[in-house]
Amino acid sequence: MNINLTMIGQLLSFAVFVWFTMKYVWTPIMGALETRKKEIADGLAAAERGQHEQELAKERAKDVLHEAKAQAAEIVAQAQKRAAEIVDESKGTARAEGERILTAAQAEIEQEANRAREQLREKIGLLAVTGAEKILRKEIGADAHQDIVAALAEEI
Amino acid sequence: MAGDALTSSEYIKHHLTNLTFGQHPDGSWGIAHSASEAKEMGFWAIHLDTMFWSLLLGALFIYFFSKAAKSATQGVPSGLQNFVEWIVEFIDTSVRGSFSSRNALVAPLALTIFVWIFLQNLMDLVPVDVIPSISGMLGIHFMKVVPSTDPNATFGMAIGVFLLVLFYSIKIKGIGGFAGELTLQPFSSKNPIVNLIFVPINFVLEFVSLIAKPISLALRLFGNMYAGEMIFILIAIMYNAGLVLGLFGGVLQLGWAIFHILIITLQAFIFMTLTIVYLDMAHHEH
Repeated sequence: MNINLTMIGQLLSFAVFVWFTMKYVWTPIMGALETRKKEIADGLAAAERGQHEQELAKERAKDVLHEAKAQAAEIVAQAQKRAAEIVDESKGTARAEGERILTAAQAEIEQEANRAREQLREKIGLLAVTGAEKILRKEIGADAHQDIVAALAEEI
Repeated sequence: MAGDALTSSEYIKHHLTNLTFGQHPDGSWGIAHSASEAKEMGFWAIHLDTMFWSLLLGALFIYFFSKAAKSATQGVPSGLQNFVEWIVEFIDTSVRGSFSSRNALVAPLALTIFVWIFLQNLMDLVPVDVIPSISGMLGIHFMKVVPSTDPNATFGMAIGVFLLVLFYSIKIKGIGGFAGELTLQPFSSKNPIVNLIFVPINFVLEFVSLIAKPISLALRLFGNMYAGEMIFILIAIMYNAGLVLGLFGGVLQLGWAIFHILIITLQAFIFMTLTIVYLDMAHHEH
């Protein structure tokens, strides 16, 4: 248990170890710890930001969805209105067309009837004339009573 | 070396003698062959075992720590790096807690003190006869494996700390401020003549408290480790005293070793914390 040169040796080696630790152990490890701390903080901040953004996006999505729903409802309403309009329009067109067809048919019928009447009139005239001829053949000639026949035919 | 030929007191004495290299009285240099021979060598001798083990442990410390530091990544740490980071963060917390100024030296200093002293103390848990008997077979007669049971080792570190305390006291406060701290308190007076009378009294008080710092640092560590080592040696003597006492000694050794784990950690921690506190005091004006 003598105090001797060992003490100086210990003092010097102590100094060297402290210097070495300071330069090659403490600084790099603290650097790594510091960097990691910063990275973790950054990561947490980014996560928080992401969460915030997600919330915003959710909000926005809700808005968009809402808008889309409103738009869809509007479109449907418009379509229904348009459909009703089309139906009304076609109803009108159909009615007009029907009326037109009806009028045309009536006109044709009338024409037909007129023609038939004309024909009938002519045939009846002819028939009457033939009848009268047959009668008159017995009594008179057709030439003698032509004015009467014409008057008859006119009356019919 | 559980010495059949040695008496108990010789055995103890043998275990407490360092492997000393120095100048023999006849002028030749060499290794001392007995405790008294080592004593005669005086100051200009060196304890080879203390130097060897402390340098080996210190080299081990800086090897593993710098290896971890070199490959330190900011990513997920693994294995050695994790362990080293755990210690570094523990030291960092301690330094931040007790040291309020800014000084890049203090934390690495604390780390070195803590780990180096812990490793030196840890040698105490190696059964007392293992390494000496191996070295005895190799022809080395004396081998004290726990450097912190050598006051030279503890004083070496304590003086290193003390020099830093002096350096920073003078650097921060100036020579005048430091001298004032030593002479103008705790007693002071408004009367300059009375103050002058107080100067020597203050100086004696403050100088004692200043010098007590390194001495208490060194002697606390040395005393604790020396006492612990001594108990291990005394337990080891039991092994020669028959089977029953030998078994009892084994149980005792186990118990004391387990208890000693606490002591070696605590002593390393105390040395480190007091170093931080002393340096903190050196950085502050009173």
